[in-house]
Amino acid sequence: MEYDLSVKNVTKKFGEFTAVDSVSFDIVNGHFFSILGPSGCGKTTLLRMIAGFEHPSDGTIEIRGQDMKGIVPNKRPVNMIFQHLALFPMMNVAENIAFGLRRRGTPKNEVMPQVLTMLKRVGLPGFEQKRIDQLSGGQKQRVAIARSLILGPAVLLLDEPLGALDLKLREHMKVELKKLQAEIGTTFMYITHDQSEALVMSDYVAVMNQGRFEQVDTPSNLYNQPKTPFVAQFVGENNAWSGVVEKREGNIVEITTSEDHQFRVEVSEDINPSSTVDLFLRPEALLIEPDPSLTDINRFDVVVNSILFDGASSRLLVNPLNSDKEIIVALPQNKQYDHIKPKDKLVVGWSEKAGICFAKR
Amino acid sequence: MKKYRNWGFFIFLLPVLLWLFLLIVLPHIDLLIMSFRFEDDYGELTWGMANYKEFFGEPIYWLTFVRTAIYSLVVTFLTFVIGLPVAFFITKVVSVKYKGALTLLVLLPFWVSELVRVYGWMILLRESGVVNHLLLKTGLLAKPVEMLYNDAAMIMGLVYTTMLFMIVPLISVLDSLEDELIEAAFDLGGNARSVLFRIIIPYATPGIVSGSIVVFMLTLGNYLTPNLIGGKNSLWFTEQIYNQFIASFNWNQGSAFGFLLLILSSLIIWLGLKVSKQNLAKVVQ
Ligand SMILES: Nc1ncnc2c1ncn2[C@@H]1O[C@H](COP(=O)(O)OP(=O)(O)OP(=O)(O)O)[C@@H](O)[C@H]1O
Ligand SMILES: [Mg+2]
Repeated sequence: MEYDLSVKNVTKKFGEFTAVDSVSFDIVNGHFFSILGPSGCGKTTLLRMIAGFEHPSDGTIEIRGQDMKGIVPNKRPVNMIFQHLALFPMMNVAENIAFGLRRRGTPKNEVMPQVLTMLKRVGLPGFEQKRIDQLSGGQKQRVAIARSLILGPAVLLLDEPLGALDLKLREHMKVELKKLQAEIGTTFMYITHDQSEALVMSDYVAVMNQGRFEQVDTPSNLYNQPKTPFVAQFVGENNAWSGVVEKREGNIVEITTSEDHQFRVEVSEDINPSSTVDLFLRPEALLIEPDPSLTDINRFDVVVNSILFDGASSRLLVNPLNSDKEIIVALPQNKQYDHIKPKDKLVVGWSEKAGICFAKR
Repeated sequence: MKKYRNWGFFIFLLPVLLWLFLLIVLPHIDLLIMSFRFEDDYGELTWGMANYKEFFGEPIYWLTFVRTAIYSLVVTFLTFVIGLPVAFFITKVVSVKYKGALTLLVLLPFWVSELVRVYGWMILLRESGVVNHLLLKTGLLAKPVEMLYNDAAMIMGLVYTTMLFMIVPLISVLDSLEDELIEAAFDLGGNARSVLFRIIIPYATPGIVSGSIVVFMLTLGNYLTPNLIGGKNSLWFTEQIYNQFIASFNWNQGSAFGFLLLILSSLIIWLGLKVSKQNLAKVVQ
């Protein structure tokens, strides 16, 4: 496999503070690769090192097999979409897009045709004479992308480019961006703190926390098989318990949680009796009033606290009996559960296979 | 209610209008009238263009006029060339911590009057001054040279006196220039030269134009600095005006000169705005 970008043990220190801590990853040609992490975890710093605006304290960055050490930003075969887009306000749309070509010395008569082709490609034909302040948020977005893509970069670096858009437009641009990337086949490295952006668009996602990569995986693996408690909690919603392992039979452990629930969970890791564990469970893994004939199910009684209606992703907030721990339960909108009201008593249950356990270190 | 507001509006506008009318319009009308009056052969005041004819007929007058205009442009350009890097350094290079202190440092010399500042320069540059003293001591000079009273010293003095009026608008315009814009230009393959000429200068144009207008007008109308540092050779047009009013008591001739200077500065500023595609309202705000 060919790698457009290869990062090995890259570390960045600002004085005593380590912003990026020995991060390694490779991006396969033509992939959409995302870095997902909370604010301040070092995403922008990592991206700026790849673009050449910061220098790693340690480690190497290779773009298409070439070591980037000592190569200045304007000589690197990558381009960046900045967090606030950084369109040049004193130039019109065409001049913005032509900026890179002109710096590169592309013959004058070739610049304009290329700019027009690019504008068509991003869905803005006829916009070449518009001023930047005449554009809407989504249109600015496209101009910024066109301005970078016209240079044919090995990797396009995007720093939360959808952050400034309203929700509706963001949903739309997500799909658009993914389509555009598939169409032109350029490798994208996309940074975001919004998990749905990362999951929807990416071939691979790296989850980052406090300067380190927690897990690099496909979106479905991140969701279904998180490798660390942080990933389990950060990617998608999860209910969490902590407890002690009572005994182990084959792959099944029996756990007593700090709220005195007895749960049986299938585990893959070797978790020994009497160790403390964190247990995570997706809201959609919780069944409301499961059929009594079902076996291998953990059941417990709860009181409905409130109903959070949100169309297809509606939720029930419930408390276990005699406890104020809040548990989130998915509420399918199939008319079957329309009778549920706050203060109702229910039984909920979940399959032994659905929980994910991590031994506490 | 509506009427009430109109009265309020008028009351607040009144001082401005009075100020404009009494202190600016009225004296200028008087000057304009005076400039078209002259003493005929019998010593009678009559109407005519004689004062203006005198200006164009006497080379010393219009040569001084042209010289003043050209040197003012040179001074404006020099303040820009020096002011831009200084403003860029203060806004973009040093950390935010020192920005206030540095801006204050630029302002500091302007707390003393222009007269004192110019005398400061004279103490440094005159034949028995500090610079000559040091050069003699170190053996770089065999005997003292007169560094005052030449065009170079005068231009330097004028640049120094007006520097602030270029730097302040430049600082405020560069402050609003996001670092991202400069980085984006580098990212797209720009180098230091193209970033300066394609990004920084076009972005700073409103600040450059407003700074230039103020510096140009102040220099053109400056009397003190050319006179003290440039001495007898300064040949600054304001001296001609002064001479007409004070030395020859020819107020009519002086008024004509004053009006010519006003026309000149308006013309050059209008040209500057046209060339830089700015409009006055936008630049002044
Ligand atoms: N030039 C710098 N000097 C000192 N510390 C810095 C510098 N740049 C970033 N940091 C610190 O490094 C950490 C990571 O910053 P970074 O901008 O990479 O975060 P981020 O993941 O992009 O966050 P966000 O999602 O808010 O943009 C932050 O704690 C920040 O304070
Ligand atoms: Mg960031």
